[in-house]
Amino acid sequence: MSEATVDAGPDDPRKAGKFVYIAAVVLLCAWVLVPLYFLLINTLSSPEAVNAFPKRFVPEFDLGSLTFFAGFEGMLVALKNSILVAAITMVMSITIGAPAGYALSRFDFKGKGLFRLLILLTRAFPLPLLALPLAVMFIRTGLDDTVFGLALVHTTLAIPFAVLITFSLFSGIPIELEEAAWTLGCTRLTAFTKVVFPLILPGITASAIFAFVISWNEVFAAAVLTIENRTLTAFLLQNLDTSPLHLKFAGGFILVVPALIFIFAVRKYLFAMWGIANR
Amino acid sequence: MAEIQIKNIAKRFGTYQALHNIDLTISDQEFMVLLGASGCGKSTLLRIIAGLETPSEGEVWIGGRRIDHLPPKDRGIAMVFQNYAVFPHLTVFENIGFGLRMQKMPNDEVTRRVERTAELMHIEQLTGRYSGELSGGQRQRVAVARALAMEPDVILMDEPLSNLDALLRLEMRAELKGVLAESNTTAIYVTHDQVEAMSLADRISVMHEGRIVQAATPVEVYRNPAERFVASFIGNPPMNFLPATPVKGGQWSVAGQMMDGPSANKALEFAIRPEDLKIADSGLTAVAKVVEPLGAHLLVTCAVEGHQFRAVLDSDLVVKPGETLTFAPLADRVRWFDPDTQKAVA
Repeated sequence: MSEATVDAGPDDPRKAGKFVYIAAVVLLCAWVLVPLYFLLINTLSSPEAVNAFPKRFVPEFDLGSLTFFAGFEGMLVALKNSILVAAITMVMSITIGAPAGYALSRFDFKGKGLFRLLILLTRAFPLPLLALPLAVMFIRTGLDDTVFGLALVHTTLAIPFAVLITFSLFSGIPIELEEAAWTLGCTRLTAFTKVVFPLILPGITASAIFAFVISWNEVFAAAVLTIENRTLTAFLLQNLDTSPLHLKFAGGFILVVPALIFIFAVRKYLFAMWGIANR
Repeated sequence: MAEIQIKNIAKRFGTYQALHNIDLTISDQEFMVLLGASGCGKSTLLRIIAGLETPSEGEVWIGGRRIDHLPPKDRGIAMVFQNYAVFPHLTVFENIGFGLRMQKMPNDEVTRRVERTAELMHIEQLTGRYSGELSGGQRQRVAVARALAMEPDVILMDEPLSNLDALLRLEMRAELKGVLAESNTTAIYVTHDQVEAMSLADRISVMHEGRIVQAATPVEVYRNPAERFVASFIGNPPMNFLPATPVKGGQWSVAGQMMDGPSANKALEFAIRPEDLKIADSGLTAVAKVVEPLGAHLLVTCAVEGHQFRAVLDSDLVVKPGETLTFAPLADRVRWFDPDTQKAVA
């Protein structure tokens, strides 16, 4: 910011540095924003315009593609399934992950370091490797092709993040606050509900939303473990080669936008996962 | 009545013994300071009394009631923490009233008590603020007010002033003493700062390696240290020690000088405070090494037969390093310690 006030000469090296800096910022923004913009244009254009050539650079604000998307056989059911699976994943990963995060931050127990490592290791197994045995097990137990079954798998994927985010958030709350509450008439439970919970609530919400997005974006397990009750990602994948271009665009848009908005809203808490204090 | 009795309290962390069988009685409305270097177990003892730590052995009684098995909330205590622990999501008013609300006290009574304690701690202007909008000193005032509002039998303070800057600490120290004297509560105050301990305490318990080595009034602890550790810990600079050998009944040779002392028949240590030395024509011969003019007085670090020896002298004196000085100790201020037991010898 201070460069603006400096009377820079024509061959000032700082000016060149500033140019490179701005160019890099523009390039990185374009990298992310241009595809999103094309997605937006094509979603908000009529199917004819989407399939025509040359492409337009401003949206028509025609809801034709979206209407077609909504009217496509099975699409709304898939959308509903996606939301349902993501919601269940969100609830389960927080109810399991947050207590684990609390325990990790507040208690010393044997194998704590190993436990933390194991949590991360759940992400070390590639899902394709687990898919076949999982599918077999799910068929045996009757969990295959159910919303709950898929939510279970997604919860497994989301839990490490839920644990790590909440662990970091709980660690950011000094134990003295709880101790002070205990000496002021609280039990362990009321100290949690009256002091820790209000402080942690925004972080928990963020962690829940992150779990939601993980499930929302997941495609592999969804494609393998469901047939009739497909989620949106799996449904779009299934119809990828047969569906028209405007359907793909609309579907992509519907998938990307909620995830983007959510992640943007909770970004400051996600940094907490990497140990950057959010206070 | 809130007399505190600590009976045979021991605490072990794994194989590490943090507290060795502590016995201590603190009378009703007494201001007791637990003083010691970091790691001596003073905070652990306080946390055991508060119920934040469980003792490995022993009992804690408050006002004739055994409380060591009770959770903190049922002990009739309030605590002030070193880093304030003011709840960030509540206003100053709700912080001070937190404990009262937990007791389901009626609203107007909560308001009355919060306003009174806020006034007492001079924070009545701040009751609408959040802790993020307060300075460190103001937060500590909130923390003290929150404890006082409970009108506890016992108030426990764990280094409450050590996060404040020097000037503020001085101010808060005097204020705390005044407020607590009026509140009729029994207070236990943990600190590593001996000046704080001396200025606040009715009695000081000096702790060392998990033991209480002396529990007495500040003046007694200063004048008559029960152990060599107390003598070397209290006082700035601490006491000087010189080896002493018995000559005959009650006569001792200290650095080549004859002194009157106890009638023991083994080598002892002679001890004298740096300010209890006078320059004289005959006495202990010392070579000045470092001279530090401190304004109010002159601190001279010397060597007496190779032993470090400090003297606090009048600031008008001119002393140069390398100069030879002769000190006469004030006879009634000389103390003797047994190097084997570390105890004072009368």
